Amino acid sequence: MVTDPGAYAGGVIEFRIDRRSGVATYIQIVHQAKQAMRLGLLNPGDRLPTAREVVEATAVNPNTVLKAYRELEREGLVEARRGLGTFVTKSLANDATNRGAPLRQELADWMGRAVHAGLGVDDVDALYVDVREERYPIGEPRS
Amino acid sequence: MSTPALCAAGLSKHFGRVRALDDCTFDLPEGRVIALVGPNGAGKSTLLSLASGLIRPTAGSISVHGTPVRGRMHPDVAYLAQNRPLYPDFTVREVIQAVGAMNERWSQPRVEEVLDMLAGVDRDAKVRALSAGARTQVAIALALGRLPKVLLLDEPLSDLDPLARDETLRIVMTEVADRGTTVLMSSHLLSDLSEVCDHLLLVVEGQVRLNGDVEDVLAEHRVLVGPRDDESAVSGVVVSASRAERQATLLVRGADPVPAGWVADRPDLESLVVGYLRAARERAAARR
Repeated sequence: MVTDPGAYAGGVIEFRIDRRSGVATYIQIVHQAKQAMRLGLLNPGDRLPTAREVVEATAVNPNTVLKAYRELEREGLVEARRGLGTFVTKSLANDATNRGAPLRQELADWMGRAVHAGLGVDDVDALYVDVREERYPIGEPRS
Repeated sequence: MSTPALCAAGLSKHFGRVRALDDCTFDLPEGRVIALVGPNGAGKSTLLSLASGLIRPTAGSISVHGTPVRGRMHPDVAYLAQNRPLYPDFTVREVIQAVGAMNERWSQPRVEEVLDMLAGVDRDAKVRALSAGARTQVAIALALGRLPKVLLLDEPLSDLDPLARDETLRIVMTEVADRGTTVLMSSHLLSDLSEVCDHLLLVVEGQVRLNGDVEDVLAEHRVLVGPRDDESAVSGVVVSASRAERQATLLVRGADPVPAGWVADRPDLESLVVGYLRAARERAAARR
């Protein structure tokens, strides 16, 4: 049997909790789940990691994980099935944001050139934020 | 509404003239991870000892899942005392045998499971030879071997390095995920507590000052910054204050609406608790 090196016992994604961010842990989990859905890493039918799996990976309180999942359920994105786990029911991925999208590929090419030119991560972030703020001025509605 | 995990009614414990706990009445919800905080000598350890049944109250009562605690270890409770008494010359295996023989309800597989977590603990090592982290793991394994519904932890993290602290919390959180155990945990390490606790019990001078869901408690409080000569405009209860020549910074409970000229911010758990502790210290100093 061939084992997929990318497969985790804990499910398709893993949450990273930043203790010092000042953002409540359950909100971080909600954001990361949505981000994974937008990127097409989590799709309808996929199971979210169980509270136990998240606890083993990050030592957060399982009640916090369940609170995040209830929030996702309230937003109609996932569904808890008793005894089975919590499953994604809605897709947030679209052709513009999924991993194979042309825009993403162009950005990846651009960042490859930045690495080649010897730019550090701060330089890249500064460039990206600068251009983004030109195109998406703060205070205007985003969608 | 389910039965509370822990229910205290008029609970008091006096040591001579010292009132360690005085007429405390509160419920703690089931399945939560509860931070027990308060200044030194506020009655935290007394409360944990009363809940475990190791000491008897002077007045009032305490019950666990509806059955009163009566001067002996309650069957649904496991208690990890601050000094974690383990026989230093015994091996881990011998300690487990000794403690297992003393308990009516005892799950050897659960003990083994907890000892195998993380790096695992050598069963043939003498207790005195174990690291502080491994000793804590043994003590927690023994506590969880009782298959408790309520786990009481008195300063479980105080003498641990950051890695052992993280791993200890991981074991406890896994227990909560697996068995829905209620955890009542005292600690001075507020940053650790704020990561894992979802409920707050604040005890000051033998009395319960706050008892509630962490998010709810935080939402009830505001940090207000504004002109010092205009404090009368602030509604709600001022918990603590620091004042410069012109500016006042107030921790306020129930400050709605925010008065004109003041800036409001939500406190985090650490600054909220520190505000209450500072106020308690100032009251104590004023009495001297």
